Amino acid sequence: MTVIFDGIASGMLLFLISVGLSVTLGLMNFVNLAHGAFAMLGGYVCVTLLNRAGVPFLASLPVAALATALVGVVLERTLYRRLYAATHLDQVLFSIGLVFMSIAGAHYFFGAQQQPMVLPQFLQGQINLPGLDIGIYRLFLVVLSLAIAYGLNRLVRGTRFGAQLRAAVDNPRAARGIGINVERIFTLTFALGTALAGLGGALGVEMLGLDPSFPVKYIVYFLIVVAVGGSGNIMGSLVASLILGVVDVAGKYYVPQIGAFVIYAVMVVMLIVRPQGLFGRRAAR
Amino acid sequence: MQATLALDLAPIARADRWRPAELAFWLIPVAAYFIFPENLVLLTQIAITALFCLSLDLILGYAGIVSLGHAAFFGLGAYAAGLLAAHGWGDPLIGLAVAAVVTAVLGYVTSFLVLRGADLTRLMVTLGVSMMLYEIANKLTDITGGVDGLQGMEVLPVLGQFEFDLYGKTAYWYAVAVLFVLFWIARKLVHSPFGLSLKGIRLNAGRMPALGAPVNGRLSTVYTIGAAYAGIAGALLAQTTQFVALDVLAFNRSAELLLILVLGGSGSLYGALLGTIVFMSAHHLLSDLNPQYWQFWLGALLVVIVLFARDGVMGGLRRFGARLGRIQQ
Repeated sequence: MTVIFDGIASGMLLFLISVGLSVTLGLMNFVNLAHGAFAMLGGYVCVTLLNRAGVPFLASLPVAALATALVGVVLERTLYRRLYAATHLDQVLFSIGLVFMSIAGAHYFFGAQQQPMVLPQFLQGQINLPGLDIGIYRLFLVVLSLAIAYGLNRLVRGTRFGAQLRAAVDNPRAARGIGINVERIFTLTFALGTALAGLGGALGVEMLGLDPSFPVKYIVYFLIVVAVGGSGNIMGSLVASLILGVVDVAGKYYVPQIGAFVIYAVMVVMLIVRPQGLFGRRAAR
Repeated sequence: MQATLALDLAPIARADRWRPAELAFWLIPVAAYFIFPENLVLLTQIAITALFCLSLDLILGYAGIVSLGHAAFFGLGAYAAGLLAAHGWGDPLIGLAVAAVVTAVLGYVTSFLVLRGADLTRLMVTLGVSMMLYEIANKLTDITGGVDGLQGMEVLPVLGQFEFDLYGKTAYWYAVAVLFVLFWIARKLVHSPFGLSLKGIRLNAGRMPALGAPVNGRLSTVYTIGAAYAGIAGALLAQTTQFVALDVLAFNRSAELLLILVLGGSGSLYGALLGTIVFMSAHHLLSDLNPQYWQFWLGALLVVIVLFARDGVMGGLRRFGARLGRIQQ
């Protein structure tokens, strides 16, 4: 039971970090391999506030998200915007370039070592039930991700902004024709995606660690979630994260000899069976 | 009542002919040997990476298959040749042949996975396959040495004649010779009807079946060939350094290779070679300063290329050539 709960919690963390990517890649159709770099930025902002400025953990989370979103908006305005119409290969190359730069930058400013982080008292400890140990921080992650998943799904499916966004992605010309400010929608959406990346990165420091190799180390996991979940589908990402989290934790627990092999194998098999992802709609392009 | 099909095949035949500039290009490795006798190890690395890049050019530049995991084949080839040499079959050419066969088999099998789905799925599947191989090599420490790398290789003289020496002379000529032979074959291949059909598929996969070209069959074939080329490149690295490190399979290697190809310009074979020369030389000169800074500039270079110089060094040369042509008229 504990394995399953840990799997769910780890899946939820995966979801928290990846959901920003299912916004930029899934909704906006931009292969943004630099997502991990934004998550890393959020992590560093959070850790710096916590350790050097003594800001409380819960207060540093929104700051991390906002700071990351700010950087995201600047990059979107200057660079990303030019590549919306480019091929996926160009987007891949461009974002790998950003990843390399972010790794070197993190190394320059923070050094190669892992960043320490101490959670506040009320998030430490465990709840012990018969046959089940629940870490409080993990429970916190689960609740938070469910709330975010619900909120995002409402935003995309049920609001005017969501409708405008879907229109802008599917057919920018027609969307412009009916008076939607496509550029503004894209900037806002990108800001949302990077804010979520920053938030996820800050929340993930405790369980994933934080050092300059972060963007490369975990990019595969983020991509798996989006690719398996299906493009442009928040709930798909949630389900995919859950499956992958449970499979990954169970794999590492029961067959530690083969380690991370399981998660890659699951991804490849899933993509062979359903190339568009579990809940994928036909790609817009 | 004679139906004649007037097809002008002359341009195709002309494209297959070697031009003087190409012949001159192949004097570069000969000249480099005499100009930089102290840097033969680096030059050998350049030749090997050029071959690796050539293999990516075949599948990406000609057939348009995007891959984020091409290092899978490079690494598998390196381990195949390395394990062979470590267990007493040290003949280099047999090592290359075995590496080619093993990687071709993996390439053929995985090509069917790659054919499914669009770009994003392809990226993920190629990435996934290479990560799986990385994990396997990492965990099978008894066989591969894990993170410590594969040691204890004994590579016999090439053709029973030329022993690998301390200065790397044999290794250099060996790598250049293999590169040249495989380049020559690749050149034949892309100028053949097969190669032309690949270009057609890249430009419009939907229309090629109307010309009678089996799209999936062609893509699968070229993916297999590209895999074998990458495997041979990996085997060359293993044999010339007599060591295989786990990083032959790493994601960074696949990503860097994409950069090199784009830097040189994809879809022209020579772009792969030029890109490698430029990249490896710059790497050599700059990484002495500070490896971390180098990575920063590498990333910046990638961003600039994508935004402003999408057709790479070859594109620049072509534009330059076109301008020269106008001036002469």
